[in-house]
Amino acid sequence: MSSTDPAADALLAGLAGLGADAPPALLDRIAARRVEVEGPLEHLRVAFTDRGVAFVRAGLDEAEFASAFRERFARPLLPAARPPAGLVPALRTGRLGDLPLDLRGLSGFEAAVLRAAATIPRGQVRPYAWVARRAGRPKAVRAVGSALGRNPVPLLIPCHRVTRSDGSLGEYVFGAAAKERLLRAEDVDVDEVTDMARRGVRLVGSDTTGIVCFPTCADARRIAPSHRRGFRDLAAAAAAGYRPCLHCRPDGPGPSAA
Amino acid sequence: MRVVAALSGDLDGGFAVLYEAYRGPVFSTALRLCGRWAEAEDLSAEAFLRAYRALCGYGPERIAELRPRAWLLTILANVWRNGLRTAARKPPPGPLEDAPDPPDPAEGVEDAAARHETGRELAGLLAALPDAQRAAVVLRHVTDLPVAEIAEVLGVPEGTVKSHVSRGLARLRRLHDQGEGGIR
Repeated sequence: MSSTDPAADALLAGLAGLGADAPPALLDRIAARRVEVEGPLEHLRVAFTDRGVAFVRAGLDEAEFASAFRERFARPLLPAARPPAGLVPALRTGRLGDLPLDLRGLSGFEAAVLRAAATIPRGQVRPYAWVARRAGRPKAVRAVGSALGRNPVPLLIPCHRVTRSDGSLGEYVFGAAAKERLLRAEDVDVDEVTDMARRGVRLVGSDTTGIVCFPTCADARRIAPSHRRGFRDLAAAAAAGYRPCLHCRPDGPGPSAA
Repeated sequence: MRVVAALSGDLDGGFAVLYEAYRGPVFSTALRLCGRWAEAEDLSAEAFLRAYRALCGYGPERIAELRPRAWLLTILANVWRNGLRTAARKPPPGPLEDAPDPPDPAEGVEDAAARHETGRELAGLLAALPDAQRAAVVLRHVTDLPVAEIAEVLGVPEGTVKSHVSRGLARLRRLHDQGEGGIR
């Protein structure tokens, strides 16, 4: 290589000018961001990527949260200046709205379970078996429990609204006590639901409309006490001439029929 | 060294320092190796993510010995070569002109146009080099690495690097002259 050759120098200068700075958005494709936010539980920490909210945990300090995130996502986690738009209202209202979630890294079944749980309205609960049917695997009730236990974004996907059909509230990522606290804060009549389930009543029908609902369905709560009828299960309700509610879907149709 | 010191403290904070220090060389190298802006973003993001995952498993001694630039560019070169093997089995992407470099807002319009013209021509010529020659020329003259570091990054002897660089430059010059002669 002769450095005195002007053509060669022009070529080298041209090559040296081919450098380019990384676009500003590149870092956000690599690293997630973290914030601490106010919400229905104390010490809520949230991690989000350029695709959406990826991880929500309560009761961990910054180092514990970072290490839990790293173990699960193996991605750098940097502080954020502010929470992503829509996060704080979603936590306050219990409704996701347009807030995007980043659910990469979940299995197809886990994602289907979370999508089913996400449809349960604030103030209502559904049994694990209902989620299993909605997720397309009616027999996988225990697996639904594990999938909900691995929910990376509790509160945003309200796995606390999935309860056991025997009347107990069941497990929760943040502990059973937090689950009960969240449900009461959403005006779920936990005592009544528990009491009914213990008496073997899992569905409530109206003898004026002939429609049968989960007890926490908004329609069920409007039935006047004199017109309420309790049922053990859907078969018993169907035998009495009742059809399942189209809002709370106690028949729990699979994803294709939904 | 600043980056290594930061990495030995807090891994996430250290990664941010590492990224700030080397995003330019990593992205420039990626861009000139693969020739397309969007692909260069994928390549750089993947390389930095792999680097982070490797760091998670490194002990303090391994981190203390780290020479971050050569290490990062080695990861980038491996990701790029793996991609080449995958791409060989896929249909070719669109022409280079699909993704022109966005202009630098700090540059004057005329300067930018001139730089863009030369840059685009040179970038196009680089794409015509065989992969090994392009990698050596880009690392030597775009990323400005010494030959010894390039040998480490590409995992070949220094003599091989030198010969790839000089053959690559000779070929670029020939291609350039042909272009000016109107053969293109």
